[in-house]
Amino acid sequence: MQSLPKRCLWAGLGAVVISSNSALAAWQLDMTPGVTSISEQVFNLHRTMLWWCVAIGIVVFGAMFYSMLKHRKSKGHKAAHFHESTTVEIFWTVAPFFILILMAIPATRVLIAMSDTSDSALTIKITGSQWKWHYQYLDYQGNTDINLDYYSVLNTPREQIDRPVRAAGLFPKGAAKDSYRPDGNYPEQGENYNLEVDHPLVIPTGKKVRFLITSDDVIHAWWVPDFAIKKDAIPGFINELWANVPEDKPGIYRGQCAELCGKDHAFMPIVVDARPQAEFEKWLASAQEAQKQADIAAASSVDKTFSKDELMAEGEKAYLARCAACHQANGQGLPPTFPALAGSAIATGAAADHIAIVKNGKNAMPAFGAVLPPKELAAIITYERNAWGNKPADGVDVVQPRDVAK
Amino acid sequence: MSEHTLDHHAHDHHDDHEHHHGPAKGIKRWLFATNHKDIGAMYLWFSFTMFMLGGFMAMIIRAELMYPGLQLVDPNFFNQMTTTHGLIMVFGAVMPGFVGLANYMVPMMLGAPDMALPRLNNWSFWLLPFAFSLLIIAIIKAFLGIADAPNFGWTFYAPLSTKYGPESTDFFIFSVHMMGISSIMGAVNVIVTIFNLRAPGMTLMKMPLFVWTWLITAFLLIAVMPVLAGAVTMMLTDRHFGTSFFDAAGGGDPVLFQHVFWFFGHPEVYIMILPAFGVVSAIIPTFARKPLFGYASMVYATASIAFLSFVVWAHHMFTVGLPLAGNLFYMYMTMLIAVPTGVKVFNWVATMWRGSMTFEVPMLFAIAFVILFTIGGFSGLMLAITPVDQQYHDTYFVVAHFHYVLVTGAVFSIIAGVYYWLPKWTGRMYSEFWGKIHFWSSLLSVNLLFFPMHFVGLAGMPRRYSDYALQFADFNWWISIGGFWFGLSQLILLKILIDVCFRKKGAQATSEVWEGAEGLEWTLPSPAPYHSFTTPPLVK
Amino acid sequence: MTEQNARAQDSIKLAKRLTLIAVGMFVFAVGVLPPMYDVICDITGLNGKTANEADSAESAVVQEERLITVQFLADTDPAMPWDFKPVERSIKVHPGEIRKVDFHVHNRDAQWLVGQAIPSVTPSQASPYFKKTECFCFAQQELQGGDAMNMPLIFYIDPDLPKNVTTITLSYKLFNITEKVQQESKRVATTTP
Repeated sequence: MQSLPKRCLWAGLGAVVISSNSALAAWQLDMTPGVTSISEQVFNLHRTMLWWCVAIGIVVFGAMFYSMLKHRKSKGHKAAHFHESTTVEIFWTVAPFFILILMAIPATRVLIAMSDTSDSALTIKITGSQWKWHYQYLDYQGNTDINLDYYSVLNTPREQIDRPVRAAGLFPKGAAKDSYRPDGNYPEQGENYNLEVDHPLVIPTGKKVRFLITSDDVIHAWWVPDFAIKKDAIPGFINELWANVPEDKPGIYRGQCAELCGKDHAFMPIVVDARPQAEFEKWLASAQEAQKQADIAAASSVDKTFSKDELMAEGEKAYLARCAACHQANGQGLPPTFPALAGSAIATGAAADHIAIVKNGKNAMPAFGAVLPPKELAAIITYERNAWGNKPADGVDVVQPRDVAK
Repeated sequence: MSEHTLDHHAHDHHDDHEHHHGPAKGIKRWLFATNHKDIGAMYLWFSFTMFMLGGFMAMIIRAELMYPGLQLVDPNFFNQMTTTHGLIMVFGAVMPGFVGLANYMVPMMLGAPDMALPRLNNWSFWLLPFAFSLLIIAIIKAFLGIADAPNFGWTFYAPLSTKYGPESTDFFIFSVHMMGISSIMGAVNVIVTIFNLRAPGMTLMKMPLFVWTWLITAFLLIAVMPVLAGAVTMMLTDRHFGTSFFDAAGGGDPVLFQHVFWFFGHPEVYIMILPAFGVVSAIIPTFARKPLFGYASMVYATASIAFLSFVVWAHHMFTVGLPLAGNLFYMYMTMLIAVPTGVKVFNWVATMWRGSMTFEVPMLFAIAFVILFTIGGFSGLMLAITPVDQQYHDTYFVVAHFHYVLVTGAVFSIIAGVYYWLPKWTGRMYSEFWGKIHFWSSLLSVNLLFFPMHFVGLAGMPRRYSDYALQFADFNWWISIGGFWFGLSQLILLKILIDVCFRKKGAQATSEVWEGAEGLEWTLPSPAPYHSFTTPPLVK
Repeated sequence: MTEQNARAQDSIKLAKRLTLIAVGMFVFAVGVLPPMYDVICDITGLNGKTANEADSAESAVVQEERLITVQFLADTDPAMPWDFKPVERSIKVHPGEIRKVDFHVHNRDAQWLVGQAIPSVTPSQASPYFKKTECFCFAQQELQGGDAMNMPLIFYIDPDLPKNVTTITLSYKLFNITEKVQQESKRVATTTP
C-alpha cells in the first residue's frame, strides 16, 4: 500500500526533475552537512538515525506486506489462533531498548560537544526584534572596546515579494495593492530571494565565535543550518551558542528566523560572512571607523538644518524600506493592528507625539530611536507628516534632526 | 476478551416504561439529548464540520505557499490561518471525533444502556458549539478585514500572545476555557461509565482495547486540561490584571509559559492518539479473523505511554536553552516512548500475521494507519535526539512529523472507525466502491502532501512561513497539489455519509456486520436500539 | 430499582471526585507550577536566573589559583529612554573574592521614570554560583528627567563553580515600569481613603 503511492510520487518527482530548469539545489532532499565540525557531527548523527529508522522500517513493513500478500482470505489462508507469546513480547520490548542505547551514546557525545562555549576569541551579542537582527561586537581577543554594532535587515526588494493576483491587493485588507500588475509580469526573484540582508554578520574563520542571544520583544530564534546552531532569542534572558568555521571554509552562510515572531516572521533572514582572520580584522577596523564617522555625522546633523525637499526625498526612501511593510506604501496601513498614517491623529497631530511614537514604539510598533540615525528619523517623520495629503494640525510639517535628538 | 456470550432470555421482563422510551421529536431531540447515540452522532457531525472548516484554512495556507512571493493573503492573515487551522483541527476535529466514538461505542462495548451521566453528557457537547462560535466569530471578522483573529500559532507562546496578541485573544482564552470544561466533563463521564456500568462478568482485563485506551485518555484529559486552563488564565491576568507570569519586566519568564503549555501539550498529543490505537486494535483482529495479539501488553503499553507523556514535555523546547542535564534527561525519556509504541506496532503486525485477511475499507484505513503512523513515529524518534532536533526544530520536518501522526494517524483512525461502525449505527452498508475510491485517493494525496515536507524541512524551511526562499519552491508546489487533492478527496467521504445517513441508501446490515467481528456491540441488531442494553448481557 | 439508585449514587460520587482532581490540577497549574519553576530556576540556574535577594556576604576562601572572566552587559528595553552601561565591561576575579562594580544610568527623557533591571547569567550552569550581596536589580530605580547616577553591584563567585567555566556573562535588561508603578500607586490611593 505504501509502495504504490511512493512509486507514483517518485515517478512524478523524477519527471519534474528532468523537465525542470531550476537549480539542482531546488531538490535538496536531506540536511546539509554544513561546514563546521559540529555541523558535521550533527549531520552524521542525523544520517545514523535515518538509517536505523529505514532498517527497522524494512523489517516491520516487510513483515506486514508479506503477511498482507500471503495471509489473505482470497488466497484461502486459514487464520491461526495464537494471540500471545511471552517470549516474543519480551524480545520486542527489550531489543528496541538496546537499539535506543546505541542511538543515545553518540547523541550524548555530540550534545556535550555543542554545549562547550569556553575559550572563544570573539563574542557577539545578537538581539532579535520584529523583524530584524541587531549585532553587537563585544569582545575580540580580550579587547572589549570595539564599539561596533549594527542592524541587519532583509534587503530583497518589495517588488520581488509582493505579487498580488487580485487588483485589490492581498486578502483581506488590500495590502500591497500598489504592487499589482495587471499583466501578471512581476520582476524575477533573485537567487538569494528572501535570504539576503543589507549588513551581514562578519566573523573570522579558524576562531571560536561565541554568540549571546536575546530579544527586544517576542521570541525569535537565530538559526544557521551550515553551523548547525539554532537558539531562541528570549526577551529579558540571554542564551549562548558558538561556531568555529574552519580556516579553509570562508564564505557566505545563510539562515532564517525559526520561531514565530509575528507578521514578518518569514522576512528576517540571517547572513553570515565568514572571512579569513586577516581580512576580518581589516573589515573590523574599517567598520569601526565607519561607525565612528556615522556617529560624528549623526551628531553634526543635529546642528544642521535641512530643506523640506531633501528630507522628503530621503524620507520617502527610508519609509518604503522601514515602514511600508506594515503601514503600506500608500499610508493606508492594515488596521487595526497596523493603523493607517494617511490622515491619522498621530501623523497630523502634535510633532512631539509623532516623534515619541517613532522613537519609543508602542504595542506592535517597534522603537526606532536606537535603530536609525536622527537625520533618517527626521526624514521619515517629515515624510509621514506631508505625504498622502497629510497636513499637520500644529503646522510643524518639517522635523529637523535636532528635534528628534532631544 | 473474546469469549462473551449473551444471555438473551434470562432477563425478559423489562420495566414497562422503557418500551416507549424512544427519541423525542424534532429539534428537542438534539437540544435536550441525553441519549449516548444522539450525542455521539452530534459529536461526530460537529467533528466533521470542523474538519472541513479547518481543512478550508489549510487550503488557503497551501494556496499562498504554492509559489514563492505573496500572491493571495498578507502575512498577518496567513498567521491567523495557521493558528486557527491548528486550533480547530486539534480541539474541534480530532478530540470531538474521538469523544463521539466513545459516546457511541463505550456503552455498547460494555453492555450498558447508556453513558452513566447523560445530562452531563448533553452539557459537555453543547458547550462546544459555543466555544467554537467565539473562535469562528474572530475568524469571520478576520475574513471581513474588521479585526485580527488569533495569530500566534496554536501553541500561543508568550509574549506574542500576551503583550503582542490581538484583541480577539481574550475571546480565544474564553473559548479554550469552555473547550476545557467540555473535555473534562466528557472524560468524567467516560470514566464513571467504565467503572460503574460494565455488564456482569466484564472485568477490566476483558474490556475491549478501545475502552481501555479511552479510560487512560480520560484520565489524561482530567489531569492536563486544567493545566491548559491555568495557562490561558495566567495569560488573561497578564494581559489585563497586571500580573507578570510570563513577562520578564515584572520578574516573570516567557519560558515558563512554554513549560506550562507543554506540560499540557505533550499529554494532549497522546490524548489524540491513544483512542486511535483502540480503534485500530478493534479493526485489525476483525479483518484478520484472528484475536488481537498481546492484549495485556497492549494495555500496559498504553498505560506506560500515558505515564511517560508527563515527563517528556521539554523535548518541545530543546532550543530555549535548557541546561545540558535537562536536555539529556528529556532526550532519554522521549526515546523511551519508542519502546511501548514499538510494542503496539509489533502486536498489530503479529495480529495480521497468519490471519485470514480481507481488505474492506475500515481495514485499509487501519493498515494505512499502522504504516503511516509508524513513519510519523520514526521521525518522532529522530526528533527526540536533542542535537539533531535543534536542527529539525520549527522546520517543515516537524510539520511533516505531526501531520503523519495526526492526519494519517488520528484522522485516519477516526475515518476507519466511522466506516467500521457505520453499519451498526445506521443499519445500512456504505458503498464499498466509493469507500475504496475515498481510501486510495486519500492515501495517494496525503503522502504527496506530507512526505515532501520532510525534504523541505531538512533542507531548511522553517515552519509558519508565509513566504520562502527559492530552493523550496518546487517541492512546495507539489505539496500544495497534494493538499488540494487531499481536501477534495474528503468530499467523497461527505457523499458516502450523506448517502447512508440521509438518503438511506445501502444494503441492510446484519447484526454482526463483519464476518470476523467480536464484541458485545455486534450482538445488538443493526441499527442498534435506542437504549443499547436495557438488560445487561452476561459476559463469561 | 434500588440497585439502580445505588449505582447512580456511586456514579455521582465518582464524578465529584474526578471533578475535584480537575480542580486540583488547575490550582496546581496556576498556584504551584510558577513558584515551583522559580525555585527550580534558583537551584539549577535554569534560564540564567539569579536570586532576587541578597546572598550572605560570608565568603569562603579565595581561590588565588583560578581566574574567572566576568563580562557585564547592560541594555534597555526599546520603551526605556535611559542610557545604561557598565562602567567596566569585563573584569577578572578569583572565586571567593568580593568585588564591587558600577553601572551607569542616565535618563535621556525629560520625565521622571522608574526602571527595573532583570539579570540573566550565561552559561546558566554558573548562575547558582554567582552570588550578589548587593544589587540595584533587587529594587526599582527612579530617575528624574535628565538625571544620571551610578548603581552598584557587589558580588562574589562561589568557589564551588564547576571547573569548566572560565567566562561568565552577566546581562541586565532595564525595563520601563513607570506606568505600572503609577497604576499601582493610583490603586493604593483610591482604596485607602
